[in-house]
Amino acid sequence: MGFSDADLQAIWLTLRLASLVTVLLLLIGTPIAWWLARTHSRWKGPVGAVVALPLVLPPTVLGFYLLLAMGPNGPVGQFTQSLGIGLLPFTFWGLVVASVFYSMPFVVQPIQNAIEALGERPLEVAATLRAGPWDRFFSVVLPLAKPGFFTAAILGFAHTVGEFGVVLMIGGNIPGATRVVSVQIYDYVEAMEYGQAHWLAASMVIFSFLVLLALYTLNPNQRKF
Amino acid sequence: MSIDQIQARFHLDYPEFSLDVDLALPGRGVTALFGHSGSGKTSLLRLVAGLMRVPDGSLSVNGEVWQDGRTFLPTHKRPLGYVFQEASLFPHLSARGNLAYGMKRVGHAMDRQALDQAVKLLGIAHLLDRRPHQLSGGERQRVAIARALALHPRLLLMDEPLAALDLKRKQEILPYLERLHDALDIPVLYVSHAPDEVARLADTVVLLEQGRVRAQGSVTELFSRLDLSLAQDQEASAIIEGVVLSHDDDYALTRIEIPGGTLTVQRLQRGLHELVRVRIHARDVSLALEEPGVSSILNILPARILELREIEQAQVLVKLCTGAGEKTPLLARITRHSRDRLRLHEGQSVYAQVKAVALMD
Repeated sequence: MGFSDADLQAIWLTLRLASLVTVLLLLIGTPIAWWLARTHSRWKGPVGAVVALPLVLPPTVLGFYLLLAMGPNGPVGQFTQSLGIGLLPFTFWGLVVASVFYSMPFVVQPIQNAIEALGERPLEVAATLRAGPWDRFFSVVLPLAKPGFFTAAILGFAHTVGEFGVVLMIGGNIPGATRVVSVQIYDYVEAMEYGQAHWLAASMVIFSFLVLLALYTLNPNQRKF
Repeated sequence: MSIDQIQARFHLDYPEFSLDVDLALPGRGVTALFGHSGSGKTSLLRLVAGLMRVPDGSLSVNGEVWQDGRTFLPTHKRPLGYVFQEASLFPHLSARGNLAYGMKRVGHAMDRQALDQAVKLLGIAHLLDRRPHQLSGGERQRVAIARALALHPRLLLMDEPLAALDLKRKQEILPYLERLHDALDIPVLYVSHAPDEVARLADTVVLLEQGRVRAQGSVTELFSRLDLSLAQDQEASAIIEGVVLSHDDDYALTRIEIPGGTLTVQRLQRGLHELVRVRIHARDVSLALEEPGVSSILNILPARILELREIEQAQVLVKLCTGAGEKTPLLARITRHSRDRLRLHEGQSVYAQVKAVALMD
């Protein structure tokens, strides 16, 4: 026994999905985290709550509304159709979009916490040393909030690997396009092929353990100063 | 708009706090923004730095407009150096990395001279390869000052750079600040609530109270004004500048020439003609109507009474001026009883006996 070709395809798809989503989330989540960490706007509460929704919603609820929004009559669906891309549900990119929403809080919150902990002072110091806004971000915020970004990337990646409900709602079960590892395991169990299911399931356990191990040991502790 | 002045006009109105200042400050030397906490001195400094922004403010520094109407230079475009109250070094960089951070950005990363000068002035050559957490509080603050100076700023802003340090660290860092005072030819705005620091370092003092300018003038003038809080303090004293006139090695004494007279103090390790600043506490000055005959007191100066003010039940503060030109102020704290017994009054000529002279720098 071992991994079948279908398994390998599912693993590869999962890794591709999770990597892409992690990169997108760092790009989208960082400005949101920055804004949430520093704003005094009255929208801070509502925006923060919306970002955190996937933490408490059943994945099927999120998947259901995303399916509607991306469907032929939904606003996102009409937009993608007008761009000539067609519809997103049951495609790889549909999974990407859904995963970005689903894993958003796991990326935004660590970064937001890290930026809040940093405070205003290092940025003011950098400004008095002639660093402009972008310069301040890359030369001060990024290095000092590195542990936060590290945690965010790992959590975003791992959480995307582990999603199941949203994938079923949005992507279904198309080999090579939307059949990720968690769905593949589900299929094995449905078909009573427990041996195959064990291989993948055990791999997931080991993978998750290694990810958390990395998070707890590699993550540099916040320095004293 | 003036070429050798800092002109600042700011108005700020919060429910808890307001600031309303219109200042013209000298374009060189150290100007102390002095006041209690809540007086608005730090806010004023932050407004000058552009770290805070108010509409309708205006600011020009030695002829350059930094804020006026729609003009607002962001902080990173203002040619200033800023020293924060607490250690503000970047923890992810060594001391050298911290110095280089600003220098790279002003575009003279290769300016070894500016770096060497700042490093030498603050005595931090042996600390450059250390990380901030390996430095003491005083050392961190010295690196932070050097970091600001290495930028070649056209204005140096210092926000209570000693306030977070204990007395020992303060004593360690003050000599460096005094060297700065002598070595820099750019204006320095120095925020402080400690009269001692102001007396040692400042040329000009702006006294702030509740967001308003209560008084502005030379350090000599403001310390001897009886209507201000400085003179009513237990530490009330006159600040006098003079030059070293001669040394008497036999008796280990030094004579200092002050406007309209001389003072004799313990031997100073200073060269002839060097400028020194001394402080004479009001409590160390007593008054006599006639020139005292034989006395152990070294410094007896003829003086004229300018003003008398009762400060406590039993105490009277006397402002005097001494010397032919009557340019040098002196303060004396005496009892009300002595005032009445000697029938002291304004305009009267007396002799001031100075029991102690403290050297400030």
